Amino acid sequence: MNMIEQLEKEEAARVLGEKTIPDFSAGDTLRVHVRIKEGERERIQVFEGVCIARNGGGLNESYTVRKISFGEGVERVFPVYSPNVEKIEIKRKGKVRRAKLYYLRDRRGKSARIAERVSGRGIEKREAKK
Amino acid sequence: MRQEDRRTGVVARKLGMTRVFADDGAHVPCTVLQLESVQVVAHKTADRDGYVAMQLGAGEAKAKRTPKALRGHFAKAKVAPKRKLVEFRVPEGNLIEVGAELTADHFVPGQKIDAAGISIGKGFAGAMKRHNFGGLRASHGVSISHRSHGSTGQCQDPGKVFKGKKMAGHMGAVRVTTQNIEVVRVDAERGLILVKGAVPGSAGGWVELRDAVKGHGDAELPLPGKFRTLDEKNAPAEAAPAVENDAAPAEAEAAAPEAAADGEEGTQA
Repeated sequence: MNMIEQLEKEEAARVLGEKTIPDFSAGDTLRVHVRIKEGERERIQVFEGVCIARNGGGLNESYTVRKISFGEGVERVFPVYSPNVEKIEIKRKGKVRRAKLYYLRDRRGKSARIAERVSGRGIEKREAKK
Repeated sequence: MRQEDRRTGVVARKLGMTRVFADDGAHVPCTVLQLESVQVVAHKTADRDGYVAMQLGAGEAKAKRTPKALRGHFAKAKVAPKRKLVEFRVPEGNLIEVGAELTADHFVPGQKIDAAGISIGKGFAGAMKRHNFGGLRASHGVSISHRSHGSTGQCQDPGKVFKGKKMAGHMGAVRVTTQNIEVVRVDAERGLILVKGAVPGSAGGWVELRDAVKGHGDAELPLPGKFRTLDEKNAPAEAAPAVENDAAPAEAEAAAPEAAADGEEGTQA
């Protein structure tokens, strides 16, 4: 294997440790547990919002989470392999038709909703046995 | 850095760039450099050559494709033919024996180094790219010459363009030194050195690494360097190579305090 790829793989494994990254994509509602350091103390803050994009690949991959905070849209970009992210929870899977949901930036309220996805990739088929 | 503390550098191959994460989550952009069997090929001595230096070789060259004269040169040092030969000036006390192989832990994480290489050639480049000129305006009557330079001088007096005027021309493919780059990680087993930031040259190019001339930081550096001697390398594989590897740093460390002590005496006197 290429030495750079090898190093990136090792670095990813080092950063993750025992953590695992769930399989999520644009449209999913995430709860990102971020470690925040205030002087000596460390605490966890949860950033909850819709994942509107995943960018890059491998060690360089990041994702954008958007939420509406006090009526103002807030977006945060997290690296997938970040030592500061304690864990990522998928609250809800969304049914979307594109990889980048930048159109959500121009929308508010009702039109910014995303339908829930109940079948397809990563979801066990419940109806199949019927 | 005191002259008598000057250590040899190494010659490494640039593999490319990646990133590592610091503990606080910060991204550290890194260039990966690899030591490819870097061995001491010859010494330059004051009485024979007029200066003291170490000649290091790196990489692998086919014996068949090495000129006979060079083959003799390598044979004298009992090393395999090398792709790249580089000299490093060192004080006499810091010479490392011929045939010894330098290892990546020659540099210590946290120290500063200088990296010299041949920059990527840009060909014939305009004044904007080559000298960061501003170019002309996009509109207001400027035609065809938006990226040109402006005036190149005065009038009938002096009546010429001064030598050294910055103009368009060939750019890149020259030796460039990047100073004070930090060593992030060192992997002696695979001969890898990760430094923070960019290093001149393309991936696959050769880069000379030296302790930074403007001070290497607070890190304790091994003197005269970290290396494996010829005997240790030739030792049979079944004789636990791990133990052999441990022996080399121990030796180097033993030599270090002595050399440091010598240096201090010199300053007091």
